[in-house]
Amino acid sequence: MSAPLLRAEGLHKAFGSTAALHDASFAIDAGEVVAVMGPSGSGKSTLLHCLAGIAVPDQGRVLYGDVDLGAASDAKRSALRRTDFGFVFQFGQLVPELTAVENVALPLRLNGVARRPAEATATEWLDRLEVGDVARKTPGNISGGQGQRVAVARALATRPRVLFADEPTGALDSLNGERVMELLTEAARETSAAVVLVTHEARVAAYSDREVVVRDGRTRSPELTR
Amino acid sequence: MSIAKTFLGLLEGGPSHGYDLKRAYDERFGHDRPLAYGQVYATLSRLLKNGLVELDGVEAGDGPERKRYAITEAGVADVDVWLGQPEAPQPYLQSTLYAKVVLALLTGRPAQDVLDVQRAEHLGLMRELTQRKRGGDLADQLVCDHALFHLEADLRWLELAAARLDALAKEVAA
Repeated sequence: MSAPLLRAEGLHKAFGSTAALHDASFAIDAGEVVAVMGPSGSGKSTLLHCLAGIAVPDQGRVLYGDVDLGAASDAKRSALRRTDFGFVFQFGQLVPELTAVENVALPLRLNGVARRPAEATATEWLDRLEVGDVARKTPGNISGGQGQRVAVARALATRPRVLFADEPTGALDSLNGERVMELLTEAARETSAAVVLVTHEARVAAYSDREVVVRDGRTRSPELTR
Repeated sequence: MSIAKTFLGLLEGGPSHGYDLKRAYDERFGHDRPLAYGQVYATLSRLLKNGLVELDGVEAGDGPERKRYAITEAGVADVDVWLGQPEAPQPYLQSTLYAKVVLALLTGRPAQDVLDVQRAEHLGLMRELTQRKRGGDLADQLVCDHALFHLEADLRWLELAAARLDALAKEVAA
């Protein structure tokens, strides 16, 4: 068996005297969708932040391929987040001054792609997420559901190897949430991206291949409790 | 679920044979539990006796003769009443899950494990339903949604129970 694409072992992370993660571990393969579940404040988002190199754990390590994220420089981690990782959050992630197509093209532009090809790719992804018709509108002029699809398009446009989604449907109604999950998981499977899906909703987690439960900063996988 | 009322509802679309009614029922509502022929014909003869359906014709075939049934005005009124009445909300207070959690606590077993194992089981089924929904037609989607929301409700209760376990353990021990 080959090593997982991304894995974490023995993670500890405290904010002041509050332990957010306590000996947490995690592993995900390419093309896999793993739901990270647990109550509010259980450490789900902290785990995601450590896995994505946004936060550095106090103890333990996160390995992306053979890169130890904790040992990597800030510059190296930023570069990885730009080229290899994609992010979708609950809301407030689009640049309000830019149109939808410019928003989706933005990470490609930051990676050095010229405007025309970047916007062509962005347009393809907007079509794929069924929001091609709002390409020239700014985030303030589209609905929440459309905005979230634009955000998913932006996260996938760079063809990330790992997509981090933190409550991606948290602000959407059931029908929109469902469609976003369908499109997100379909696109991720097609591009063999691994998806780390943080959610407290079981119906959203049902789009995953398996789940990891975080409680009081500790991770539990169902296969371990059987 | 009332088979009789469901048959009446299906017959509102037009007269039908017992066999076709069973097939329509199984397709739309049966899923893993198809109706037995005995149930089908017992239900139809009761509806006939109560004047909610009538015979619309009898065809001779190779096997037993095939009776075609049509809904009566009284039958349509019966469907109206049924659809207008709310179902009694079911409080699942004595559910097996609840019993398992309390018994685990009473016997000093880790109740958290009961919850985790159950969550895994529920999520497994929810994944299957989500998959079925993706490839299904509108009727499939509606049926699966219904099941998914109920399973989700169970899970939310499990999550809450997990959050309350400490308090519950103290109460049980007292």
